[in-house]
Amino acid sequence: MPIIQRKNAADFSFSLITAAASFTIVLMIGGILAVLVRESGPAIEKFGVIGFLTSTDWNPVTKSFGAATTIFGTLVTTAIALSIAVPTAVGIAIFVTEIAPNFLKGPIGIAIELLAAIPSIIYGMWGLFTLAPIMTKYVEPALQHSIGKVPVVGSLFQGTPMGIDLLTASVILSIMIIPFTASISRDSFNLTPSVVKESAYAIGATKWEVVKNVVLPYSKLGVFGGVALSLGRALGETMAVAFVLGNNHQITSSLLDAAATITVTLANEFTEADSDIYLSSLFYLALVLFVLSFVILAVAKFFLLRAGRRYSR
Amino acid sequence: MKTMLPPILLILALSFSPVFADSMINGAGASFPAPLYQAWAYDYSKTSGIRVNYQSIGSGGGVRQIVSRTVDFGASDDPMDPALLKKDGLLQFPAVVGGIVPVVNIPGIKAGQLKLDADTICRIFLGDIKTWNDPGIRKLNGDLRLPPAGVTVVHRSDGSGTTAVFTNYLSETCPAWKTRVGAGKAVAWPTGIGGKGNEGVANYVRRTPNSIGYVEFAYAKQNRLLYAKLKNRAGNFVEPSFESFEEAASTGDFDAKKDFYLWLTNSQGKGSWPIAGATFILLAKNRKEAGIKTAKFFDWAFKYGDNKAKELIYVPLPRSLKEKVRAYWKANGIY
Repeated sequence: MPIIQRKNAADFSFSLITAAASFTIVLMIGGILAVLVRESGPAIEKFGVIGFLTSTDWNPVTKSFGAATTIFGTLVTTAIALSIAVPTAVGIAIFVTEIAPNFLKGPIGIAIELLAAIPSIIYGMWGLFTLAPIMTKYVEPALQHSIGKVPVVGSLFQGTPMGIDLLTASVILSIMIIPFTASISRDSFNLTPSVVKESAYAIGATKWEVVKNVVLPYSKLGVFGGVALSLGRALGETMAVAFVLGNNHQITSSLLDAAATITVTLANEFTEADSDIYLSSLFYLALVLFVLSFVILAVAKFFLLRAGRRYSR
Repeated sequence: MKTMLPPILLILALSFSPVFADSMINGAGASFPAPLYQAWAYDYSKTSGIRVNYQSIGSGGGVRQIVSRTVDFGASDDPMDPALLKKDGLLQFPAVVGGIVPVVNIPGIKAGQLKLDADTICRIFLGDIKTWNDPGIRKLNGDLRLPPAGVTVVHRSDGSGTTAVFTNYLSETCPAWKTRVGAGKAVAWPTGIGGKGNEGVANYVRRTPNSIGYVEFAYAKQNRLLYAKLKNRAGNFVEPSFESFEEAASTGDFDAKKDFYLWLTNSQGKGSWPIAGATFILLAKNRKEAGIKTAKFFDWAFKYGDNKAKELIYVPLPRSLKEKVRAYWKANGIY
């Protein structure tokens, strides 16, 4: 079947315009990839692929660069942010759709959407001036005195609580991605046919049982979609994290240590990168992030599709 | 819709109105002197009608732009090596001087009470000195009561000219720093946390007890941070001030033959502040027109801009150095 069917002139040009609009996206991605590859050429040549990905060096003075520390920071902040945000967001969505009385649904929904509309620089400033001091004074010492005493897990909370660390950055990130996950989950919960829910209630199921056995299985896909979307945002978030992560290129076992993510490194160091290999290495980092987000999102999509197929059977 | 059309056309017409190339100077680069260049540009346009458009995109960007000849002048916070200048066909001269100040937050200690020298600062930033009552610091401070608390080091997390000057000072005065870390706009810090920008470092130091950081003098002053006194090359403990920066600048041996390539760190002079640095302007040799326009602007700034500079907490060049710069312009046929 041809993609564009010629029915009449108006229809044809309409199809053409929409097709052109769609292809610009493909062009754009191709263009970005081409530029990244071209600009990172010298660094790829000098450090190789495996060498760059595994080296923990990031030393502009000796001009020796590697991506391991920033990949570590990116993955850790994203993982912690998701593990905080997803349960919270799903909880919010369940409350709004199943539990809250009608007069509460509106305000909470609007609040979630407002949260999504706040620019990330504002989260950054708020994180630096408000959240970081709170983390230093109350949250982090409390964590050290409780979980920090447990062997093995306790090593995650070693060091002086400074508030400029992986934990604070992850908390900020999680606040930023909650609205995405929550609103998409809410929309997919709303799609559960009320006939099914009412039948469950009719045979004596409690609210918890309805949510667990009817609503959640029914809307699993939508929730997954929301998570994938927020994963993308968490991987790429820059300004909010730049203020509270410290940009120290190190791999650390403690969440109370400063670290660096790929985007933060780019934002912090791009303007003053004074040697060609330095600049090229920054482009190389961007390329790594490009591929990394592509792979992670592809994996998420794959699971989504597989779940979808199983579900439709 | 119809009523919207005239204003839109008007805006379009205004935005495309011809700006004669002669009445425009385009510059780009270092962010540290940007507020001053922009203030000078404003005053200059009022007296001469020539607009100076300065974009603060960072020193690295400034160098790249002038090398590719997309601007009339570039600006950089650290001096470019004469050999490199020759390769890219560039001229270089200093425009204004700034000072970098170690700032501390130690409960019970007031501004200027703490005294440090190159060796203690170096060992603090290397992470070798871990507490404030370290014997090395105590020896410099007599009976000042220093707490046994751990030192928190705060440094810049982004690449910056401030870091370049500071690490250059440490490299010059402390062999251990030179071999273990080195100098540059961004370095692999052995210890401490990173703040974004001068304001980030200032904020962490103010908030964190027993911390030490380094910021531009203007930020230390505006944020009322507690500075430390430093021992200079002559062996005197000096306070950061216009006078001590100026003395550093006037004792610095700026040589026009080397395109003024000079770090003002650890300079001679009884009262010199040891961590000062000039910020530089770069011109393209093969673009005389642009060079003449830019030289004219800075000539005006040297003549009438000193008060504005001091108002914004920058240190104007000493008179003798201004004359040297003018002679340099003349020798290169742009003045």
